[in-house]
Amino acid sequence: MVLKIFFPQCCNKADSGLLVGRWIPGQNSAVVLAVIHYPFIPGQVKQYIQQVESVCVLTFLSSPWFRWYIQQVESLCSFLRDLSTIFPQGQWLQLSREMGKIGFRCHVLTRDPREKDKVIFIHYEQRKVMLSQLHPIDNGVPDPQTESQLPQVFGTVCQSEPLFFLDKYDDGPVKMTHWQSEGREGSIIVELMKQASTPVCLLTTWMLTLWTSLCSSRILNMRPMRFISSKLSTCVQLSYRTEHLQTVCSPTRATAHNHFMRKANIFVSFFVDVSLGLLLVSWMYRENRIGKLANTLVPAADYVAKELEELLQWLMGAPAGLKMNRALDQVLGRFFLYHIHLWISYIHLMSPFVEMILWYVGLSACLGLTFALSLLSDITALLTFHIYCFYVYGARLYCMTVYGLSSLWRLFRGKKWNVLRQRVDSCSYDLDQLFIGTLLFTILLFLLPTTALYYLVFTLLRLVVVMFQGVLHLSVDFINSFPLFAMGLRLFRSYRLAEGVKFRVLCEEPGTPLHLMMDINPLKVSSVVQTYRTPTYSCYPKDSWLALCKKLFLGELIYPWRHKTTKID
Amino acid sequence: MQNGDQHYSMEDETYTDIDGKAISLECQSHSGFCREFTVSSAKVSIGRVMAYTCAVWLSAYIIFFVTENTAVLSSAIIITLVGMMVRIHFVKVDHETLLIIGSLGVQVSSSYASGRESTDFIEMGKIKDIVINEAIHMQTVIYYLCILLKDPSDPEAVSSVVPLFQSSKPRLNCLVKVYKSCQEILAKC
Repeated sequence: MVLKIFFPQCCNKADSGLLVGRWIPGQNSAVVLAVIHYPFIPGQVKQYIQQVESVCVLTFLSSPWFRWYIQQVESLCSFLRDLSTIFPQGQWLQLSREMGKIGFRCHVLTRDPREKDKVIFIHYEQRKVMLSQLHPIDNGVPDPQTESQLPQVFGTVCQSEPLFFLDKYDDGPVKMTHWQSEGREGSIIVELMKQASTPVCLLTTWMLTLWTSLCSSRILNMRPMRFISSKLSTCVQLSYRTEHLQTVCSPTRATAHNHFMRKANIFVSFFVDVSLGLLLVSWMYRENRIGKLANTLVPAADYVAKELEELLQWLMGAPAGLKMNRALDQVLGRFFLYHIHLWISYIHLMSPFVEMILWYVGLSACLGLTFALSLLSDITALLTFHIYCFYVYGARLYCMTVYGLSSLWRLFRGKKWNVLRQRVDSCSYDLDQLFIGTLLFTILLFLLPTTALYYLVFTLLRLVVVMFQGVLHLSVDFINSFPLFAMGLRLFRSYRLAEGVKFRVLCEEPGTPLHLMMDINPLKVSSVVQTYRTPTYSCYPKDSWLALCKKLFLGELIYPWRHKTTKID
Repeated sequence: MQNGDQHYSMEDETYTDIDGKAISLECQSHSGFCREFTVSSAKVSIGRVMAYTCAVWLSAYIIFFVTENTAVLSSAIIITLVGMMVRIHFVKVDHETLLIIGSLGVQVSSSYASGRESTDFIEMGKIKDIVINEAIHMQTVIYYLCILLKDPSDPEAVSSVVPLFQSSKPRLNCLVKVYKSCQEILAKC
């Protein structure tokens, strides 16, 4: 069996000492964590390393000077005997480096005679392995027997953090070399932010509880208000952001990696969102652009209404050369024209207040760019409400025509729909039933082109509006869910998100075992987005294309974009 | 030859890939249980690059001559540059390496013409075997070397297959040499 020793690069310059680390059971490998220098008191060393679980003294590293010293003072065996009484273990390794050579040599010194083992030295950079997270992340408690080698190595280094607290400037009982022995890493900004975060979190949590209790009060929870707030995307976005803020501002620290990344992603995307929103507001409110926008809103609505009227006049004539049923055409056309007239009157009634409303409502874009986009989507929905109404009238009329036609067609052939058996059965009708049925069938059939044309025109208009709203919702969803923090980490500190490792053979000399360098293989960009996406009420088409076409053909009302009420994870 | 390294490229045999283009195989033995195989394909041919560039620019000039729109020329330049960058960074593979380390694992790496390297490491515990498989590719039957991975729930079943040397596609004589070396190492541990 080949013995694998994971050796940190920072310990390369250590002269001689005792190596502490951990044996990985079942894999015949050892992870070296630090070097304890001579002179040391073995009892104190044992006490110190017992703080970290499953860390033990592995081997000792000797330089040529040290071996000479041992030979002069006492023999190697008696030295080992003394050490073995304090650190009982079956196998001792002696790592040595000759003068002028770069690679280590390893001798296995044991009490039980064993065959000469082959050894591989794998050098790793301790700081990077300590800070990195191996993917795919295992959330449960892994079984140490079946777990593969790499997660165990990474796990060992991460769990041994207490071992790295002493650096070479501390006056402790033991002198160690590890990645932090030059001095512990820290950043003033990070420490200040940690101190400031607790009161800020408490304040924000208190404000959020106030806000949520206000939202769930009796007045706002009545049926009509709830219905309206579920339809307006601004309210949905508001509730969503409240939830996000509650996650971020919870006073408990995030322990698991997933939890920490989620909090960081939400915080960064919220920050970017708010800054973009503030930029937008500052640009819009300069030079009174918002006033100009408000002034163009009413003429735009007028223009849309005028175009619709022209369209209806065209339909009431001979549209595209088709011959319509005169009476039905006139009825439908006049009905819709009156509807438009009512709508325009309401718009004109509201026109003095539009600028003021828009000015105040536009200020809510300070909360973020997503709010501005949701507002735009809501304003579009409100201004094109008459198109929605026309679509519903046309669709219902067409739907009734189609169902009537299909039922009367069955009567024409002498069949009937059996509701109990959910199938078509033959049925004997009376003569007067057949007579009236055939008459009605003929009437509906000849009226079909007119209703179909109105339905087609208004469905197309509705689809245009829906598509515009869909684009806005998709961009809001994208801003909400894109993991900016994880992406930044992948671009600037790529070793923190590891997909695996890669090995490189270091130069070697005859007589020394194989030396490999283990580097971290960073996670692919697509995997980063997939793993760390914030779950959202994702906006996706409810029906497939085929089902959508079928619904359009039958005249059923379509709501192509569905908002999930529960989050997908 | 480096100390402690057995380094030999097969000069007496020339290897080709399945299309007949010449490739080269280099075997390096770092230790008794660690070997590295590198299959290099042909480099980017300057003749082909110039031919494509001339063709695109000539057609752009003809269109410009007809339509008198300068946007055609600038778009032709941009298309050529972007296409070339995409090809050498994402498409053209310079050499592929297989590093097998006994009782540790197998590392498969592709190096692209722009210098980018994409690496994948498979632990020995997950590897069931390294075999040569047959496949039907268009109208021919080709051989390819692949790694069989174990299924974690059922140790006898094969959960997935990782094909090696996919861009260089060497022929059977080259694959047999690599296969024999790998099997020696797999048998030892």
